[in-house]
Amino acid sequence: MSIIKINNLEKQFPVGDGFFTALSDINMEVKKGEFAGLIGPSGSGKTTLLNIIGSLDTPTKGTAEVMGKSIAELTYKQSAGLRNRHIGFIFQTYNLLPVYTVFENVEFPLLLQKMSAVERKKAVMQALEWVGLTDKVYSKPSMLSGGECQRVAIARAMVKRPEIVLADEPTANLDSENSHHILRTMKKLNKELGVTFVFSTHDEKVMQYLDRIIALEDGKVLRDETQEEFAVRKNSQIYKTK
Amino acid sequence: MIAIKLAYKNLVGAGLRTWLNVSVLSFAFVLMIFYNGMIEGWNRQARNDTQDWEIGEGQYWEQSYDRYDPYTFQDAHKLVSEDVAAMIDRGELTPILVRQANMYPEGRMQSVLLKGVDPNQRILKLPTSDLNNVQNGYSAIIGRRMAKDAGLKVGDKVLVRWRDKNGMFDAIDINIAAIFKTDVPSVENGQIYLDINVLQEMIGLPNQATLLVAGENSSLSEIDGWDFKTTDFLLKEFDALIQSKKAGGMVISGMLLLIALLAIFDTQVLSIFRRQKEIGTYIALGMTRSQVVGIFTVEGGAHSILAAIVGAAYGIPLFLWLDSIGLSFGSSSQDMGIAVADVIYPYYSIGMIFSSLLLVVISATIVSYLPARKISKMRPTDALKGKLQ
Repeated sequence: MSIIKINNLEKQFPVGDGFFTALSDINMEVKKGEFAGLIGPSGSGKTTLLNIIGSLDTPTKGTAEVMGKSIAELTYKQSAGLRNRHIGFIFQTYNLLPVYTVFENVEFPLLLQKMSAVERKKAVMQALEWVGLTDKVYSKPSMLSGGECQRVAIARAMVKRPEIVLADEPTANLDSENSHHILRTMKKLNKELGVTFVFSTHDEKVMQYLDRIIALEDGKVLRDETQEEFAVRKNSQIYKTK
Repeated sequence: MIAIKLAYKNLVGAGLRTWLNVSVLSFAFVLMIFYNGMIEGWNRQARNDTQDWEIGEGQYWEQSYDRYDPYTFQDAHKLVSEDVAAMIDRGELTPILVRQANMYPEGRMQSVLLKGVDPNQRILKLPTSDLNNVQNGYSAIIGRRMAKDAGLKVGDKVLVRWRDKNGMFDAIDINIAAIFKTDVPSVENGQIYLDINVLQEMIGLPNQATLLVAGENSSLSEIDGWDFKTTDFLLKEFDALIQSKKAGGMVISGMLLLIALLAIFDTQVLSIFRRQKEIGTYIALGMTRSQVVGIFTVEGGAHSILAAIVGAAYGIPLFLWLDSIGLSFGSSSQDMGIAVADVIYPYYSIGMIFSSLLLVVISATIVSYLPARKISKMRPTDALKGKLQ
């Protein structure tokens, strides 16, 4: 079952008197429970596509459907509701709220859902357990390492049990060890909870964890392949180079 | 609820910036209340003093009498009827006879009003009983400013010339029996108080009066042939003065508030530019635009609540202290020509405090809303990038 469906999508941004085409002719579907990634160099349109999927932006042409809802047709309130209930975000710079503790940061999406305090506490502690941060409940983000901050961000994205988690360059600011830890955590959550993960990345470490790799270049889908296909192609490229 | 919680967290998290704004706003708040309290305290004191010393609970004027038209004084007198006399005896009214005259202190001529008052009256605070103390000749009491201007002291004699009922000039030396101190200049400026019986005899108008001052136990009912003037009428000019002072006070308060609001506005604008990423995160996590605007508006409004708390912390002890000692205006108040006590005790009403608080809270909320409204026009993706717009 497709949870994300994109047809003939085009996205343009006004630049001076004209327009810059960030995405064109994008067609893809993402099924529930996939662990997929958008890869490509800077400016290839990964983040723009992720933003449209996350209903933070709208397509200029074509359609983007998320959970059966056309992003372009959602009102501002409806798209806020979609993000709040069904989509979790993980950002490159963590985007934790600095004045809140770890607990409060993770609790935030649940406050917006008006969940009861008891349920909130249970859900937050569960989410922190998934990422192994139950001992940092009352710490402020400034007291955490980069890896820990990103784990808090994962817990915040996961706490509401979303159908989709969109991760924009989640390992870009992390060292190798933390990157692997984060990716293992996300992979585990994907398997155990069946949450669909869509990454945007150009980090080789991330790619090896992905089940599906969609390569973008100049705003177009260059390749859409499985991990096996990606690995074979990579190896053959290495072989050819040698 | 979430907006309040977030606003509280953000305010506490902002630390010094919050406290600077709160300090400025609380200072404006306390100063506004102080200034209005002083005006109100002066108003109340002056009204009370003017009532105590001059107008009582109201006055009955002989029908041709106009206090602003000296030409009416000559003929503004009326026989005190038996009914009125009975009321005077019961202490409900006290008669005053007014006559224009000239005084010659140290050879200079000075226009004065001779006022005949009952030495035994208890309605006005004038120390008229001092008129009973002198055994020989004509005695009078005058106010301290008048005595100073005329260079007179107790025991001095001063020549006074007046016209009697037939318009004939007459003159005598008057003994200064006492000099009184009052905060109401209109009671003493150019006025000499004599025993009403003496003045009636001097003018040749026995048992006549120009006006009757009503006391506390007066029924204030209509008296045939006399026009009743209420305290509101008699204090009309003073009320107008107070209103103009209040208007001036509002301008000062407005300026103070404006400075404080500019600080909040500046902080909020700065917040929006500095915290774009945070705003983008709120939106990404599912907040609606109105919720985000709500957070910033509540945050700005909360400055005013904190300002009220901080203001109360130092304002209440300060106001209580001022209320106990009053604020001395010293000799400067003596020459203002209006009723100003040497020491003014500020008066703070609950209504005034709450209306000031409401004004501060509403204004702070509005200036917080204005920059927050800009957020609603910000693209979430730009906000997430922290892109300056």
